[in-house]
Amino acid sequence: MTILEFSLLVWVGSVAAGFLGALTGLGGGVVLVPMLTLLLGVDIRYAIGASLVSVIATSSGAAAAYVKEGFSNIRIGMFLEVATTLGALAGATLAARISAGTISIVFGLVLIGSAYLSRRPRPKNERDVPPDPLATRLRLNGSFPDADGIRNYNVQHVPLGWTLMFGAGTLSGLLGIGSGAMKVLAMDQAMKIPFKVSTTTSNFMIGVTAAASAGVYLARGYIDPGLAMPVMLGVLAGSLLGTRVLVKADTKWLRRVFSLVIVVLGIEMLYRGLSGRI
Amino acid sequence: MASDRDWTDRRMEVVISNLLRFGVLLSALVVLFGAVLYLVRHDYPHTDYRVFRGEPSDLRSVGGILRDALALDGRGIIQLGLLLLIATPVARVAFSIFGFAEEHDRMYVIVASIVLLILAYSLLGSAWL
Repeated sequence: MTILEFSLLVWVGSVAAGFLGALTGLGGGVVLVPMLTLLLGVDIRYAIGASLVSVIATSSGAAAAYVKEGFSNIRIGMFLEVATTLGALAGATLAARISAGTISIVFGLVLIGSAYLSRRPRPKNERDVPPDPLATRLRLNGSFPDADGIRNYNVQHVPLGWTLMFGAGTLSGLLGIGSGAMKVLAMDQAMKIPFKVSTTTSNFMIGVTAAASAGVYLARGYIDPGLAMPVMLGVLAGSLLGTRVLVKADTKWLRRVFSLVIVVLGIEMLYRGLSGRI
Repeated sequence: MASDRDWTDRRMEVVISNLLRFGVLLSALVVLFGAVLYLVRHDYPHTDYRVFRGEPSDLRSVGGILRDALALDGRGIIQLGLLLLIATPVARVAFSIFGFAEEHDRMYVIVASIVLLILAYSLLGSAWL
């Protein structure tokens, strides 16, 4: 395969990964790394480096659309980014110390876990929780536009949310994914932040988290321009296209198929890691 | 007072989202330019991605990437574009410090500064030249 053929192949695959990732809300990274390693035989460390870069691109590219809606909370985002960036540094440091096989096993488990999370029904957000003293002191409580005007919300369980965010950052730095599913879980389930606020704030945080580990990966020589170039351009194009289609398309069956694909990829990553064929 | 804060928050978010879009667009254009040079030049050895070797030292540090990019090396220019992309969320955090300062929110000036320090450590602490 020539360089041009290889680049085109990776580009096409990345467009598909970015497109599906945006449509299903799972992000391009979860399918990108398995695609590069399982189908194209790329070493998992190169694949993770390229994926991290694409995660920053999609998160930052989608920010404009999210800001227009007015749901994201910059204080919650900034406060939790302390946890995710510290976690990302830890994850990137860990990635250099453990074997490719172990990374593959963790990746497989995370894939299966995120497929499960994406299948859960979305909460209705009718809950009203009392103000929490710590959250109030940190000025995390906020408001967002609703059908009947401005709705205020309170934030709960700050230490638990912070700890989960550190974990999400570690996974992001270790596996080169945005780990949006876990970030939303921490905000929506643990901290009782409304779902819409959780998803949009999570998107903002993904780019900053990935940037923290990308610096380490770059310095360590895990980011190869020849591979990261088609991946970044492809995922960016695919996700922008996916966000456009998302508004019109019925994504229910697509979500179902995609989570099945992710489970299969997860099992394969798990198997390869356990059998040492990676 | 509360609505005043909300309004400044909104304005801050709009500026931030424009900043992010600009950063992504700029880095994508630089990567694309580097890609053309990289693909047109045929004498690059084909990298075998199945075996992990790690990048040469000039593609690992800010100084090395700048030198390669100025020499119009395709791989160096792509790497410069990726560096701009990594810098985009960093610029976002830096701008937030300014925004929080304008709101006289001392606590969040400190929080955002901590995030910026962690990012700076990741980018520069490992290798600068």
